[in-house]
Amino acid sequence: MNRKIAPAVLRGSALAFAATLALTACGGGGNDAGGGSADGANADDVAAALEEGGELTVWAWDLTVQDVAAEFEELHPNVDVEVVNAGTGNDQYTALQNAIAAGSGVPDVAQIEYFALPQFALADSLTDIGALGASDLEGTFSPGPWNAVQQGEGIYGLPMDAGPMVMYYNTEVFEKFGVEIPATWDEYVAAAKTIHEADPDVYITNDTGDAGLTTSLIWQAGGKPYTVDGTDVSIDFTDEGSTQFAETWQQLIEDDLVAPINSWTDEWYQGLGDGTIATLNTGAWMPGNFESGVQAGAGKWRVAPLPQWEEGGTATAENGGSSLAVPSATENAALAYAFLDYASVGDGVQTRIDGGAFPATTADLESEEFLNREFEYFGGQKANELFAESAANVVEGWSYLPFQVYANSIFNDTAGQAYVSDTPLMDGLKSWQDASIKYGTDQGFTVSE
Amino acid sequence: MTTASPPPAVLGTQPKPAKRAPKRTQKRSWSGWLFIGPFMAVFALVFLAPIAYSIYLSFFRNQLVGGNGFVGLANYSQALQDTQFWSSLLRVTLFLAVQVPIMLLIALLVALALDSGRLYGKSFFRISIFLPYAVPAVVASLMWGFMYGTRFGLVGNINSALGTDLPNPLSPDLILAAIGNIVTWEFIGYNMLIFYSALRVIPKSLYEAAEIDGASQFRLVTAIKLPAIRGALVVATIFSVIGSFQLFNEPAILQGLAPNSISTYFTPNLYAYSLSFSGQQYNYSATVAIIMGVITMVIAYAVQLRGMRKEG
Repeated sequence: MNRKIAPAVLRGSALAFAATLALTACGGGGNDAGGGSADGANADDVAAALEEGGELTVWAWDLTVQDVAAEFEELHPNVDVEVVNAGTGNDQYTALQNAIAAGSGVPDVAQIEYFALPQFALADSLTDIGALGASDLEGTFSPGPWNAVQQGEGIYGLPMDAGPMVMYYNTEVFEKFGVEIPATWDEYVAAAKTIHEADPDVYITNDTGDAGLTTSLIWQAGGKPYTVDGTDVSIDFTDEGSTQFAETWQQLIEDDLVAPINSWTDEWYQGLGDGTIATLNTGAWMPGNFESGVQAGAGKWRVAPLPQWEEGGTATAENGGSSLAVPSATENAALAYAFLDYASVGDGVQTRIDGGAFPATTADLESEEFLNREFEYFGGQKANELFAESAANVVEGWSYLPFQVYANSIFNDTAGQAYVSDTPLMDGLKSWQDASIKYGTDQGFTVSE
Repeated sequence: MTTASPPPAVLGTQPKPAKRAPKRTQKRSWSGWLFIGPFMAVFALVFLAPIAYSIYLSFFRNQLVGGNGFVGLANYSQALQDTQFWSSLLRVTLFLAVQVPIMLLIALLVALALDSGRLYGKSFFRISIFLPYAVPAVVASLMWGFMYGTRFGLVGNINSALGTDLPNPLSPDLILAAIGNIVTWEFIGYNMLIFYSALRVIPKSLYEAAEIDGASQFRLVTAIKLPAIRGALVVATIFSVIGSFQLFNEPAILQGLAPNSISTYFTPNLYAYSLSFSGQQYNYSATVAIIMGVITMVIAYAVQLRGMRKEG
């Protein structure tokens, strides 16, 4: 669920003032980097394109992109940027896919979430922006998002935000029931039992089967259910990480310890405010939603590191987050890249941070102003420190399926059944695996278990 | 129509009827087409072209890897073996078998009650029953979805107020009944109106004659009213059959509230939608839509045949 809404409402940690950007757009200079090229265009062409100017159409649902575009136009008077909201998440992907299939009306820049990026990259719908300058950006972004925009040898987008996971918790609930803040998932399950036994109306968290959360927690546990090598795909939810997740989560489901409340519903916002839902394990983009949607919880909520699978561990995962990509149908890839660069690496980053986005750029994540910001909502806690720490500890090597958009859409048909029937979660994941394999095979992939 | 004037002159000078005949038919068909041309153009564009295009689509398969290719009837054979498709068809059939009779019966009773002339505040009653039909299906589904909520909804309120333990209408076991309830609520008024208008045109003299013969009210209904509105009953049934097979709005809206109860293949239409919009399987989706269209037509036609035969 959060894949649809999360990036749309990235109004989290608004920064008070500008952090110095150590990063500069790698505009000029030679380019010896590998990777493919966009019609032979390189970094020099980007600078030239900016001089020359032109028109750009940007499809993005993130509201801060609008401000970034306005600034960009001011900076480059020859460039005319039109930002279009073509829908959030899936709606936009459908529109984009249709435009690409029709060969007309394709935007020059599109916001695409990390999990959906491989699907577009694989279909050759996106420009490999490596030669345009992106290949020089190694180290600019935190590893999770940077890894996510690369597909094989190519770079298909620039990370515009990130969702390193943390645990948000309601201190009042924990104090009331005298429960310690869980540091491991075993403690989490124990806390869930204690809380729910003490008051049957209170739950440790809400979950009705969420593909994004499931894959993220498996990711954190070190599981790699998806391996992708070009068109060779394997899907296996029996590896250690997946099993560990399933066994732990099974206890929560079986004993009805998770509230049967769908995320992003009125009921959910109420539950977060009135103490029905005690914790929330999600991305660093959440604070904005708390501030705007859960006023009743102001001052009660805090941020803690995500509970660990192993005691003393620090592993985390990403949940949500978007990139900006250049569809290959664009006629002005160089200019489009210039916009990407401005929005994701250049001054646009600060604009977006001010607008509430959680950045993916390491320089911002490490800046003092950013880290020292005190969140009034979280009782003055310096939440960005925890977010940044999480961003640095994302387990490497995760990959999504090249057809993750569809796979996520059938999660509730399969794995979700564990939440409403006697089907064990492990079996549910197995049927999710089978259904995904079937779809992959139908789509011409070589899929194995 | 300047072309219309020469023929008489031509006819007069041409003695051979053999030559005359083809010329005349040619003229005649040309002017005929002029009249129906605009209609045919629109008809072909908005009715035939989409169907033809769907059929065309259903012979291809476009894959993420490998691109587009002609596959003949492969999509059809796949659909016929597709357990998800058949389970969705079975679900709407069950829905049809249970919900439609209930809805039509209630609508009929209401129409008869209104027609009996014994109700006080008839027009108020009539408009209130018809009102739900004026509520868009999406709004109705959302509204009922909230009422079904076991925590903050009506069900939840009843449970906490009366201490009852009503089951969750959005659970997998009850979801079909819950949807049936919404659809019934929405369409009773519509069907009632069909029945009521049919009842209104029955000549009063028949009732008078029956009264003279000493017929009871019940006999009046079974011997005069029901036979007289059989046509309307058949029409309402056919509409309901089609409506049931096309069930989409209600499950699609409730899916957001009960994702584990309503699968992406809950009804054939929802299945076609999911295939197309989340799966990019436009070709297979078109195939499912065509098969479903054919099945609906066959069943609706069977209902019509049966209804009409009885009438004769």
